[in-house]
Amino acid sequence: MSHDKTMNLTLHVWRQNGPKDPGKFEVYEAKNVSPDQSFLEMLDEVNEDLIKAGKDPIAFDHDCREGICGMCSQVINGMAHGGQDRTTVCQLHMRMFKDGDTIYIEPWRARAFPIVKDLVVDRGALDTIIQAGGYTSAHTGGVADGNALLVPKDIADYAMDAAECIGCGACVAGCPNGSAMLFTSAKVSQLAVLPQGKAEAKRRVQEMTGALQECGFGNCTNHYECQAACPKGINVKFIATLNREYLKSIF
Amino acid sequence: MILDGKCPTGPIEKTWDKHRFDMKLVNPANKRKYKILVVGTGLAGGAAAASLGELGYNVEAFCYQDSPRRAHSIAAQGGINAAKNYPNDGDSIYRLFYDTIKGGDFRAREADVWRLAQVSNNIIDQCVAQGVPFARDYAGYLDNRSFGGAQVSRTFYARGQTGQQLLLGAYSALARQIKAGTVKMFNRTEMLDLIVVDGEAKGITVRDMVTGEIRSHVGDAVVLCTGGYVNVFYLSTNAMGCSVTAAWKAHRKGAFFANPCYTQIHPTCIPQHGDKQSKLTLMSESLRNDGRCWAPKNKGDKRAPGEIPEEERDYYLERKYPSFGNLAPRDIASRAAKEQCDDDRGVGPGGRGVYLDFAASIKRLGEDTIRERYGNLFEMYEKITDENAYKVPMRIYPAPHYSMGGLWVDYNCESNVPGLFVLGEANFSVHGANRLGASALMQGLADGYFVIPYTIANYLAKTAPGKVKADNPECKKSVDDVNNNLKKLMSINGKKTVSEFHRELGRIMWENVGMARSEQSCKEALKKIPALREEFWKNVKVSGSGAQFNQDLENAGRVADFLEFGELLTRDALYRNESCGGHFRVEHQMPDGEAKRDDENFCHAAAWEFKGVNAEPELHIEPLKFENVHLAIRSYK
Repeated sequence: MSHDKTMNLTLHVWRQNGPKDPGKFEVYEAKNVSPDQSFLEMLDEVNEDLIKAGKDPIAFDHDCREGICGMCSQVINGMAHGGQDRTTVCQLHMRMFKDGDTIYIEPWRARAFPIVKDLVVDRGALDTIIQAGGYTSAHTGGVADGNALLVPKDIADYAMDAAECIGCGACVAGCPNGSAMLFTSAKVSQLAVLPQGKAEAKRRVQEMTGALQECGFGNCTNHYECQAACPKGINVKFIATLNREYLKSIF
Repeated sequence: MILDGKCPTGPIEKTWDKHRFDMKLVNPANKRKYKILVVGTGLAGGAAAASLGELGYNVEAFCYQDSPRRAHSIAAQGGINAAKNYPNDGDSIYRLFYDTIKGGDFRAREADVWRLAQVSNNIIDQCVAQGVPFARDYAGYLDNRSFGGAQVSRTFYARGQTGQQLLLGAYSALARQIKAGTVKMFNRTEMLDLIVVDGEAKGITVRDMVTGEIRSHVGDAVVLCTGGYVNVFYLSTNAMGCSVTAAWKAHRKGAFFANPCYTQIHPTCIPQHGDKQSKLTLMSESLRNDGRCWAPKNKGDKRAPGEIPEEERDYYLERKYPSFGNLAPRDIASRAAKEQCDDDRGVGPGGRGVYLDFAASIKRLGEDTIRERYGNLFEMYEKITDENAYKVPMRIYPAPHYSMGGLWVDYNCESNVPGLFVLGEANFSVHGANRLGASALMQGLADGYFVIPYTIANYLAKTAPGKVKADNPECKKSVDDVNNNLKKLMSINGKKTVSEFHRELGRIMWENVGMARSEQSCKEALKKIPALREEFWKNVKVSGSGAQFNQDLENAGRVADFLEFGELLTRDALYRNESCGGHFRVEHQMPDGEAKRDDENFCHAAAWEFKGVNAEPELHIEPLKFENVHLAIRSYK
């Protein structure tokens, strides 16, 4: 429901021209912010003011603005996506803040995610991990009827829980080691439990964990920060599944 | 000119099989000599690039997002149709075909729709093989649910994230081909021109959105899978980056734009909350399986929903359409919601909303069942509105969602520019004047997996590979044109921001060419849009420079194209002097307010040829023949 009260906020926003340039926080005022606005709509307004003042607007990634594309990626007050349970930045609403608040906005910070500009980072490494084996090698055409393989509901649900990952990289940003273990484990687990994915399970887990290391991600030391940061609530139990699948694959 | 859709003839059941045999093939050893450029990596583009790469073609794929996995197909919630008839409830390929033709209000080609219905079953099998976790029952069989415009349960789904799961399936197939080296992927790359050499599409000019570099890519064919254009309304359910730009650039280079006035206004979206809103959010149509739409019977009733007794509620869809009830097609449900609000019986801020009430279903099935079915949607609703829809009814209002119109293509999905193929929402082919729910995912994947791999060969087999080289003068000219256009945008340095222009265009479009259109409103818009466009080119302010990551510049280019395209959409809406599907001309309605078609004069696709920015486009017509499903008044009563 609409609230009448608007608020004024002070933003400390990370500004950085490119991967090799030095970056720093700049301070901006966000005025007359409505509690019904989304966080990104608040940033839109700040950018409108910057553009009108002849200044460079803040670059930030965003697209669907309904929490599913995984494009938005900002650390707010030290927390990836802002810390509201299972919420992407685009679904974070200003009613979570109060008048006079100071808000720090930073990009994902991880060795594997070089900064492109300001709050925009290059997450190509996540694609590289999927390319290493995050698929079944089904050819277009020439597959069996959908009901030829029975997948009991509990298995389908387990796979779906893992498949909900939106590939935003918050798990990496939240992890003190910059590890993409949760991301990788979600895909490995989804395909390992489904009959369609079992044939390639061994090779898949080896190739994907190999890519994980080559891309410069850190290792998992069980902080569980990834699960806390994940806007889709992907559970760390999938990391256990990943480890199990990995061990199975080397024997 | 009378356009030829090149549809195969003979019994409809045999058309696609016969056509597949009649088409030419490219020998496996020759495939790698052909380069295919695929623009856009949603369901259509992702599936096409993966399938063509797998066949052995040399594919380059482009998307404006940072990864192909983020295309807006990902946001589709409810499901995908297929004629599997698993529930044994009377479905068949013929019925899906029939429902789609009727749902589109008899404005789509029969042969194209038949093919779509026929391959729908292959799509489900393909996605299952990829590991898409569709909903299953305890025994392991695939589950189905119902969707608008159908009386059978033929919709397959993966919770409320079907689009996401199907896209990730296509993305994984694409990833496999990228790894295999058959597809070269260009992320954060936006197409800004089509290169046409000797009348055939042979390349594209793109902007690298990170470095700002403008360069051309040449190939033997171009496949556009760049989605729809409803962001012309500014507020829509589309992603922020969705635009008409790629399609519009192709249109400017000769490709005809068909039926741009066919836009879908989706009935179940979260109402607008204020002026600073950047987009509207859709709540899946699947909610209408268990939610009941109602508005207060009394005008101006400001009581809370719980205080309005049953007998003072108007369950208007159940009242008006007893046999389809809350599952009436989208265009009908949207207009009905608007009617309630226009009658001063709307709810919520500004009175632009109606209720979607789950109380009866929760009472019948329990809250847990409803949570299982729609939990993520209720959660999303609460995040946006701060309201708990298990306790109070949702408020919904129609919003621009999908475009049935698009670039004109023949049966082979090839535009009138040889070598330019258009798939998915970007083309105009199968949905007629209104798309049924769960059919967009079906079309995108049908085109990408099962149509283009066959039809593109028929074109390539007739053309020598590598005919156009990168040093072709058309490439340099195209790069120069794009550079000049960007320079011009940067140099204006006016007073108004790009967003201000976009909002203003959106307002003109929504008020005059939105859910209801009239001769007068269209003429009004045709005066306002060119004026706004002129102002844009004198007074827009774009920050930064072209040679860097510059989102303001990206946006400016897209809005500039919308300012041209909006006029064409309006012109088409004015030309189509009838009501059909999502196109509602207030002058043409039945006594009960339903859309009234004029089959005598408008049973055709209207395809427009670009003649210059301030010049009138030329109209070409493709007559539509209905030999299997007979033209009839669409009734959902």
